[in-house]
Amino acid sequence: MATEARILTGGQAVAEAMRQIDPDVVPMYPITPQTPIIQGFATFVAQGRAHGELVDVESEHSAMSAAIGAALAGARTITATSSQGLALMAEVVYIAASMRAPVVMAVGNRALSGPINIHCDHSDSMLVRDSGAIQLFAENAQEAYDLMLIAPRLAEHPDVLLPVLICQDGFTITHSAEPVVLLEDDVAREFVGEYRIPNSLLDVRYPTTQGPFAMPDYYFELRHQQLAAMQAALPVFEQMASEFYALSGRRYHSVEPYALDGADHAIVCLGSTGGTVKDVVDELRAEGEAVGLLELRSFRPLPRHDVRTALDSIRTVSVLDRADSPGGAPPLFAELAAALHGTEVDLRSFVYGLGGRDLHPEQIRAVFTEDSGAYIGLRGAPCPA
Amino acid sequence: MPELTAWRELPLGGVVRPGDTAPPHTGGWRTGLKPVVRLESCVNCLLCWLYCPDSAVQLDGTTFVGFDYDVCKGCELCAVVCPVDAIAMVEDDGD
Repeated sequence: MATEARILTGGQAVAEAMRQIDPDVVPMYPITPQTPIIQGFATFVAQGRAHGELVDVESEHSAMSAAIGAALAGARTITATSSQGLALMAEVVYIAASMRAPVVMAVGNRALSGPINIHCDHSDSMLVRDSGAIQLFAENAQEAYDLMLIAPRLAEHPDVLLPVLICQDGFTITHSAEPVVLLEDDVAREFVGEYRIPNSLLDVRYPTTQGPFAMPDYYFELRHQQLAAMQAALPVFEQMASEFYALSGRRYHSVEPYALDGADHAIVCLGSTGGTVKDVVDELRAEGEAVGLLELRSFRPLPRHDVRTALDSIRTVSVLDRADSPGGAPPLFAELAAALHGTEVDLRSFVYGLGGRDLHPEQIRAVFTEDSGAYIGLRGAPCPA
Repeated sequence: MPELTAWRELPLGGVVRPGDTAPPHTGGWRTGLKPVVRLESCVNCLLCWLYCPDSAVQLDGTTFVGFDYDVCKGCELCAVVCPVDAIAMVEDDGD
């Protein structure tokens, strides 16, 4: 079923996924390092190989607003952004989740200003952590492509109906070329299928008010509906991933263990870093060290039960955060602390790679061999905890 | 207290569907005056219908027939825009 591997960047691969999905509406505003995604898709439209309505807007706030209107009208809608763009969208991402608009967003993760920077960390995604939007993280270009194809079905599932962010590390994935195997176009289209919305805004035979004011007597309940949808998203993702596996031979899970059997020290991380950690795990395993990795494919919803089951018998768990929270706990570490509460696990927090700083294999090795500081690569002794 | 709905029973996203809302009774907000029409003077231009902010102007098909005092707030816009002075504001007797 699959075509031969092509050499594509993550941005190009996601643009190919968008061409195959052929969304109805793509509101877009360029920002590095996401731009290759919308540029690639716009090229496909110009060539007549995709047919979506490109809406050039004046800001990301408008892009997301247009996306909500389009999605609720009944159009399959995709947009893409990074960093400050996601920050400008943030207000509207919450509203999209609340209005249950299944907008798919390709995110090229990039550090938030300031200082201004264009390179990868996860601070932009973490800014919308509590928005009610699903966040899946890709390890490489292949995964970004695959997850992008799964995203519309996950977003549009009647038990879910939430925005889905497909996160790929800025530059590290968006701009790095590597072999990517695409599905055949017709196979991809059949997998994605048709978009059907429960109450189209444009259905004049059944007029509805959407996004109404909710006072203290109803706000709490409507927010809780989003929580229920997030919980439903976990089994729905497993189901979609299983169907995708049947077509592609590539299997995804919301949490993915790597060499965890018999491990007494595991790393937990998001995004491209997982690939580097796998190499280090392979080396250390060859040297007889009992180390492993738990890669989180899904950060929202956080598969707390599966995380706990995977890790609760491991002696030491080191959490690598590519975002920090000055004055508080780094976001991934906080999730792991909640998931592993009451276990005997020795849980450790590491912050790395802010603003795109590289994380080298020897630094990951140092995390496992217990001579790494909590702020990997920071010059100067960190502030006392 | 009206009976409030649990989260599972609410429409997704709080969507308000046809018939979900109780009929409004904004006529109770009216203080002082209410509009009355002399239909024999009315030229059926429907400017009052167009301007009325509360859909209080009642039509039979496309013919103006009177006011719905359950929703009329007595704002006087209809009387002001009427080109033939067929609408007068009178003391509200509570009808």
